[in-house]
Amino acid sequence: MKQSPLESKFCENLPARYRTGGIWRSVFIISTLTGIFFLSILLLKIVNDSFGYIAVEYGIAPESLAVDGVPIWELPKEDLVLLLQKNVTPGRFKTLVKELPMEERNRDDILAIIVREVVEPKVAQTWTLAESIFNKQEIVATVQENYPDAELDFKAWLSWDFITSPQSSDPLYAGIRTAILGSLWLMGVAIIFALPIGTGAAIYLEEFAGKGWLNDLIRTNINNLAGVPSIIYGILGLAVFVRAMEPITSGAAFGYGLTSATLNGRTILSGGLTLGLLILPIIIINAQEALRAVPNSLREASYGVGATKWQTVWSHVLPNAIPGIMTGSILAFSRAFGETAPLVVIGASTYIVYDPTSVFSKFTALPIQIYQWTSRPQDEFRNLAAAAILVLLALLLTMNAVAIIIRNRYSRRY
Amino acid sequence: MDPKNGSLNPMNTLLSPLSLNKRRRPKETVIKALLFFCGFFSIFITLAIVYELAKEALLFFQDPEVTLWGFLTGLTWQPKIGQFGVVPLVTATLVTTTIAMMVAIPLGMAVAIYLSEYASTRTRNTVKPIMEVLAGIPTVVYGFFALTFITPTLRSIFGPDVVQIYNTASAGLAMGILILPLIASMTEDALSAVPRSLREGGYSLGATKLEVALRIVVPAAISGISAAIILGISRAIGETMIVAIAAGAGPNLTLNPFESAETMTGYMVRISGGDLSYDSIDYNSIFAIGLLLFVLTFILNIISQRIVRHFREEYE
Repeated sequence: MKQSPLESKFCENLPARYRTGGIWRSVFIISTLTGIFFLSILLLKIVNDSFGYIAVEYGIAPESLAVDGVPIWELPKEDLVLLLQKNVTPGRFKTLVKELPMEERNRDDILAIIVREVVEPKVAQTWTLAESIFNKQEIVATVQENYPDAELDFKAWLSWDFITSPQSSDPLYAGIRTAILGSLWLMGVAIIFALPIGTGAAIYLEEFAGKGWLNDLIRTNINNLAGVPSIIYGILGLAVFVRAMEPITSGAAFGYGLTSATLNGRTILSGGLTLGLLILPIIIINAQEALRAVPNSLREASYGVGATKWQTVWSHVLPNAIPGIMTGSILAFSRAFGETAPLVVIGASTYIVYDPTSVFSKFTALPIQIYQWTSRPQDEFRNLAAAAILVLLALLLTMNAVAIIIRNRYSRRY
Repeated sequence: MDPKNGSLNPMNTLLSPLSLNKRRRPKETVIKALLFFCGFFSIFITLAIVYELAKEALLFFQDPEVTLWGFLTGLTWQPKIGQFGVVPLVTATLVTTTIAMMVAIPLGMAVAIYLSEYASTRTRNTVKPIMEVLAGIPTVVYGFFALTFITPTLRSIFGPDVVQIYNTASAGLAMGILILPLIASMTEDALSAVPRSLREGGYSLGATKLEVALRIVVPAAISGISAAIILGISRAIGETMIVAIAAGAGPNLTLNPFESAETMTGYMVRISGGDLSYDSIDYNSIFAIGLLLFVLTFILNIISQRIVRHFREEYE
């Protein structure tokens, strides 16, 4: 069969067209792989910084503190107390006793104080995990050359001690307990504030609201609010909660902290309410979607047996929408958990050693702590930031996993 | 009919006291009012934002050293010597946003086209959660990544003399990675919403897969794609922690991405992070910049929403 001129031209072009198709196909695949590559690099970088060798220099070599040849690690408690008394100033010893009498402290606690206040270890240099694994000889050589008195230790910046210790200005002892507790308190306030209002608003918009202009305005407005940058919520919180409502948010109106001179509105309550405002639109949008997924036949069946609107919503729509609302809300709260900018703006303190005790406490939060440590120029603080990031990501991942489990377990298909 | 028997009829006893008039239900009304209040609360938030920003910004502009024209066109931002020109801050925001979009738009679109047109269901089900993880990482983590990984990498490529420790390039790149999943997932939604019949029509005319994807599906979804891009830009302008960590402190009028420069959001964080006194010009200035930021992102969001709504109506 003879080919028409058009047909032959078509056949001539075909390989070129397929080639272009193939090239672009690989461009698309490579782009996708690049995205995955970025994620892996990010995670590797963080893990890499969370562990590794450190060179530690001591104010006093621990060996020189040995009593009768027994190193301090093996001394009994009584000797350690004597040692402590001998090596710190009398004033400092008195302060320590005032905090907690020596009799009530256990041996490990006293040993820790001796190490911190007498031996005074200082980080001279840190290495990453990759360097520690592949370049060990080089590291040993560097330490011998540059820090002859230093000791080389493998330090896991992310450790149980790190999670349970309070904040400290010394990177070797700094921990994130106060930051985690601060974040949890903030979440608590944000949940109590945003969940009921958010769910209520979603129920109103989905079940009660008609077509009027006001309801349209509310709908458009919620979508817009979801796109407002978080820092704007921060300065709203600063102006409203920290400043205008200071007597309430500082707790002064309820008789809290009357003795404190540093009374101000930069408290957990202000921070939690600000985060609550921030995630309110997200909660509403997610809850609306959950309510919309409940089939109309359920509502009509309920009306059919004579239930009122609210009875229908309360006993039939809500129970079926709860898993969806929970999933959406958990995702919203995981967003709030990692939010930093609004908290910096309303003035979260960065150096908090004591656990928060009420909503009127000053606070720090996990992302704030990461921000603070990242902005320090010293390497060891970068390591702390990386370890804190690992904890933050683990917590977020857990929250997301819970959300997905709830969705898969309780979601019903109609 | 015998009246005695009638009273025994169960239907009669059931129906007789029933009135078909609407009963008043005070409890329902109260609940509805409460729910309406919850819905209306969001409007209240918007009003509060506008009111507070405008009030404090007005105080800022009432300062004798500040004029609206000088604020919008002045080339130096030095509150200490009474220079309040927002241009350096806006320029830095534009530089970081541009770099971010140069990363996020091509990559995001390519990922979306791959996922929607090429990938098997299995690949899609693996890649989408990865993108979601990428989107869920807090921005402070990207800031850490920009400062401790991207900046050193840039410095080792272009030389430490060219690239400063704090620079807008690293912040912009990190921001691009942050916005990539947002653009990818919104674009993918738009592409998937294009009806199958359009694709089939293309194939029946002898088009290759690429030709169908680029000449039929993408143009058909263009409104959804532009909405995604506009939303991405709005997100980049408002992004705070990455620039606060990696772009540097101190306003600097430059288009060089390897120099440090402070963006609008970076300035707001730096000023409010310190112990600032209320009623100072610094305190009021963050509200003026906040107002500018709010207006910018608000306009972009509204445009994006309009486009999305238009595009939804097209195929439903």
